[in-house]
Amino acid sequence: MGFVYALVAAGLSLIFGLMELVNFAHGEFLMIAMYVAFFGWSLGGIDPVLGAPLGAVALAALGWATYHGVIRHILSGPMLAQIFATFGLAVFLRNMAHFVWGVDFRTVQDPWLSGRVSLGGVFVGLPQISASVAAFGAFLALYLFLSRTETGLALTATAQDRQAASLMGIDTERMFALGWAIGGACVGVAGALVAMFFYIYPDVGGTFALLAYVTVALGGFGNVPGTLAAGVVVGLVEALAGLLIPPAFKYSVVFLLYLAVVLWRPQGLFGRF
Amino acid sequence: MSLLTVSGLTKRFGGVVANRDISFTVRPGELVGVIGPNGAGKSTLFDVITGFARPDSGTVHVDGHDVTRLRPDQICRLGVARTFQKLRPFHGMTTLENVMIGAFGRTNDVNAARRAAWEALERVGLGDRADAHARGLSTGQRKRLELARALATGPRLLLLDEVTGGVDPGAIPGLIALVRELHARGLALVVIEHNMGVIMDIAQRVVALQLGEVIADAPPADIMRDQRVIDAYLGEAWRV
Amino acid sequence: MKRALAAIVVLAVLAFPLVFARPFPRHVMIMIFLYGALATAWNVLAGYCGQISLGHAVYFGIGAYTSTLLIREAALTPWLGMPAGAALAVLVSQVIGYPVFRLRGHYFAIATIGVGEIVQTLFINWDWAGGARGLFVPIKRPDSLLNLQFHESKAVYYYIALGLLALALGVTHWLERSRRGYVFRAIREDQDAAASVGVHVAREKHVAIAVSAALTALGGTFWAQYVLFIDPESVFPLSLSILISLVAVLGGVGSLWGPVLGAAILVPLSEGTRVLLGGTGKALDLVIYGALIMLIAVFQPSGVIGLARRFRRDRRQATGAAQASSA
Repeated sequence: MGFVYALVAAGLSLIFGLMELVNFAHGEFLMIAMYVAFFGWSLGGIDPVLGAPLGAVALAALGWATYHGVIRHILSGPMLAQIFATFGLAVFLRNMAHFVWGVDFRTVQDPWLSGRVSLGGVFVGLPQISASVAAFGAFLALYLFLSRTETGLALTATAQDRQAASLMGIDTERMFALGWAIGGACVGVAGALVAMFFYIYPDVGGTFALLAYVTVALGGFGNVPGTLAAGVVVGLVEALAGLLIPPAFKYSVVFLLYLAVVLWRPQGLFGRF
Repeated sequence: MSLLTVSGLTKRFGGVVANRDISFTVRPGELVGVIGPNGAGKSTLFDVITGFARPDSGTVHVDGHDVTRLRPDQICRLGVARTFQKLRPFHGMTTLENVMIGAFGRTNDVNAARRAAWEALERVGLGDRADAHARGLSTGQRKRLELARALATGPRLLLLDEVTGGVDPGAIPGLIALVRELHARGLALVVIEHNMGVIMDIAQRVVALQLGEVIADAPPADIMRDQRVIDAYLGEAWRV
Repeated sequence: MKRALAAIVVLAVLAFPLVFARPFPRHVMIMIFLYGALATAWNVLAGYCGQISLGHAVYFGIGAYTSTLLIREAALTPWLGMPAGAALAVLVSQVIGYPVFRLRGHYFAIATIGVGEIVQTLFINWDWAGGARGLFVPIKRPDSLLNLQFHESKAVYYYIALGLLALALGVTHWLERSRRGYVFRAIREDQDAAASVGVHVAREKHVAIAVSAALTALGGTFWAQYVLFIDPESVFPLSLSILISLVAVLGGVGSLWGPVLGAAILVPLSEGTRVLLGGTGKALDLVIYGALIMLIAVFQPSGVIGLARRFRRDRRQATGAAQASSA
């Protein structure tokens, strides 16, 4: 699960690194990606594994539209406006899903990849494993894109210093929109992967989003490789906590981990926030 | 006895050493200039002295008290006030309210703070802008506002990060005169300044930094002749 | 003129239950007072001090649970349960504040969400406190002020809720004019600059959250006595934390009357859509609600109060210009 968390968190981290703004609708993006994968499967007969690119495209479009429709207007606004704009979007999307698709739990029946395999004596679902592998692959692709291509480097430069980047002739507006599109694509792939083995319902985004925030905060905001490491940590902590204490508390443990990290390593007065 | 004693101060950010083994003192009522090229560690030095950054080693004493591990507000209450290079007024508040925050260090009474703030505003020549919102002021006026806010805390030592930087040239002489006047009233000042003409004119002593190290600490006349300063800061063009 | 208007409003509010005897209009007014009080409490921390908490349901729930458990265990009147809940909420707020106040901006908001989720999970799994099934407030008959239960008429609830709101507004008004009011705003604007002129930022934030938590907990006790049933789903959810802040944001944060104004607009709207659209429209009214939040954030982040101020300023400028041109 760690790699999937990392992929969900990567989109969030990227957007944050670019414009110091947290997308509170990130979980809802994931939820929509899951529905996209679901309908791709139920209407078009596309297996979620193949539906991942579909999810990526759909969510990239949603991210791009969100930037142009909402985010662009509040970039220079007060933080309160930024929080509530994306929060409003979250409430809107979630309840739109309620309204259009109802509250039923849906599942993808008989995906190509099913069954369990034994990994060193521990049985793990094949969908989970393939999701991890695919998520890791997508993550690697993202990392290579950011560090090896010209556009990716321009994006990174914009994240580091908006003004300097625009002085160097980078169109920061376009970079922001692109950041949202890529962030959407990450969550689109993750959503399709998760749809293989998770119930799909309108409120599913909440839990994932909270874990994504923790992951991003642990990994260092805007730090993509750090996010991967943090995702793995969160996945491990969650799994271990699930074994050691009542499963109901496993998310609490993840949050406590976050608070503990905050206590040990506060960003300091002049830390970059 | 010295008012401010900095000894052996070192501050690293990751692998970068911003301050290396910096030592100097400021006597009561003295006006010390700090010069150095961009990135020499001047603002970091101020941050460390005023408690905004923790040094990796070394100590800062104010009037004999070790303030190295104290918080900014505690250091302020010991009589050390500062301004910021990148001006940081409370944008959403009026000029008077801005300065009142400084005055609350000395009194809890709102009316007393208001009176003290008025006084400080008059002193820096902003009395007529008391009800203006901070975001509506010019850069020069904002510099004066930050000065007034710092003065309202009742400091014995004032650290000024760039007095004339970014200010419209017409407003510079007024600001310089203001600094001189504060000094004349017995306030000790440490002034970071890029404008060499200004600093050589007003400072009694100048500390020159390069790459985080003190390369000279002398009266202005000697600084002008110091070969290391000339090489490091004033550059080739100065010698011709 | 202004004073006469204020007097009329106060009289109208006081006389409302005498004129409207039916439960529903009284219920709507009670909800306005309650949410007005909660949003005002939130405003102390978020609006004035700039710390945007999205976990205030924690204090609301603590208020509700403390008084209810005290009735169950010690048969203590809710009138004593109220301050007990407030005191506990203050204590918890100080503990929570210790780590989360090291964070700023968005991180702070996220951390408060996380804390809220932890507390809700704890209560869901805490069997002694009713667990997920929740708690019924022991029914006491006949109605009495001592038991703070009124089954026959909502009139007394009405005045108690009004009292809560008045208390919250009074505290805010007093803060606004004291040293703390100024210092809180300075922290909101720039906490480093505030520290540089001698403000003990951490301590001031702890004071702000203490006041805010105490007032919120009072609302929680009131709520428990009003609906006589509490469970983690109803008193600790994130959605409640969001709603509290939204009321304040809609009306205008950092102003005395903004949160009340927000409650006066939002509560009738949501009660109205709830009644009109009933169960079927549940999602639809939240769709509208979400869209509304977005629109406010994008176009009018300073809330209705900000809109009113702008309007008044424009008019003043217009009249000023008219006078200037006629002179």
